[in-house]
Amino acid sequence: MIASVLGSVFASVLALALSLAAGNTTASAQTQPDPRRSGLEFASPATQAMQRDDTVNPGMLWLQEGAALWRAAPSPGGRACAGCHGEAEKSMRGVAARYPAFDEKLARPLSLAQRINACRERHQQATRWATESPPLLSLEVYVAHQSRGLPLAPVLGDPRLAPHRQRGEALYRRRLGQLDLSCAMCHDQRAGQRLGGSVMPQAHATGYPTYRLEWQALGSLQRRLRGCLTGVRAEPFALDAAEWVELELYLATRSAGMAVETPAVRP
Amino acid sequence: MARTLITVPRNARRGDVVELRTLIAHPMESGFRVDSLGRTQARDILRRFSCRLDGELVFSAELHPAIAANPVIVFHLLATQSGRLSFTWEGDNGFAQTETAALVVA
Repeated sequence: MIASVLGSVFASVLALALSLAAGNTTASAQTQPDPRRSGLEFASPATQAMQRDDTVNPGMLWLQEGAALWRAAPSPGGRACAGCHGEAEKSMRGVAARYPAFDEKLARPLSLAQRINACRERHQQATRWATESPPLLSLEVYVAHQSRGLPLAPVLGDPRLAPHRQRGEALYRRRLGQLDLSCAMCHDQRAGQRLGGSVMPQAHATGYPTYRLEWQALGSLQRRLRGCLTGVRAEPFALDAAEWVELELYLATRSAGMAVETPAVRP
Repeated sequence: MARTLITVPRNARRGDVVELRTLIAHPMESGFRVDSLGRTQARDILRRFSCRLDGELVFSAELHPAIAANPVIVFHLLATQSGRLSFTWEGDNGFAQTETAALVVA
């Protein structure tokens, strides 16, 4: 009961913050600084420097691959992404900032990676790429990179997304696993404190796909969430299960207005 | 072919010390890790990096198992002449890759 009251208070505060952000009330923004912090601010200066300098950011290697895939036909005679969408710098600008988005045909929200695969099957007569396979990650990072610097802008007005977002929020607050921890217990209540040797950030997924030093590779938000679930000793949901997208939807709502950093670098 | 990212300053002047940056996609599997079944993963690392300017060796480095995946190598060069820079990475399992870039010295 208390949790649900707090949840609705949180939701109304968020709605208020969003409406303030929408109107040009800069005065109130100055009096109430945004308490939200990107994971970048919790990272070491060396990791921050690595992300900020494109000449040493390893995510740029996947980005190169993605740029090539954007222009390449998926099969002989097939149509490349660029064949319909043109220059990604223009057509994909701001797109990733709105994801996950509702898909009319499937009548459910899709993450950006799932949307890319749907596009392959519907418009390119190609087979879908395996979840988190290198080409899918490369194309995803290339598309997401086109929104770098833009504010995350989840579609809050779409009533079709609302139930999914609510389920995502419930999941965020549900205690899970043998350690009996919810996402909120670490990332809302104890953000900035340490878990083992690592600082717990506020869980703003602003830079996915992200290069993680722990992975020594680029990885998706779903992989990161899976890591958190095994971390609390819960059994992760199946690959591409609806729960991941619901959680991503809620996370995007929490982080609305924060700048996209893709490809980010994290410890 | 592994993806690489090479950064050479565009407008170097004669006598400048210029910084060259390279980044290559490589797993740098150390040979000490085990997989989920306890089998040791075979080593797969880059062993040597070299940079030549018009064929003359200007920088080289040896790489070892403790170096992270996708290694960044940054080094400096005294710019005396324009020329063709070639960057070569060599490693286990016959890995060899060479990329080139132009060095323009005004």
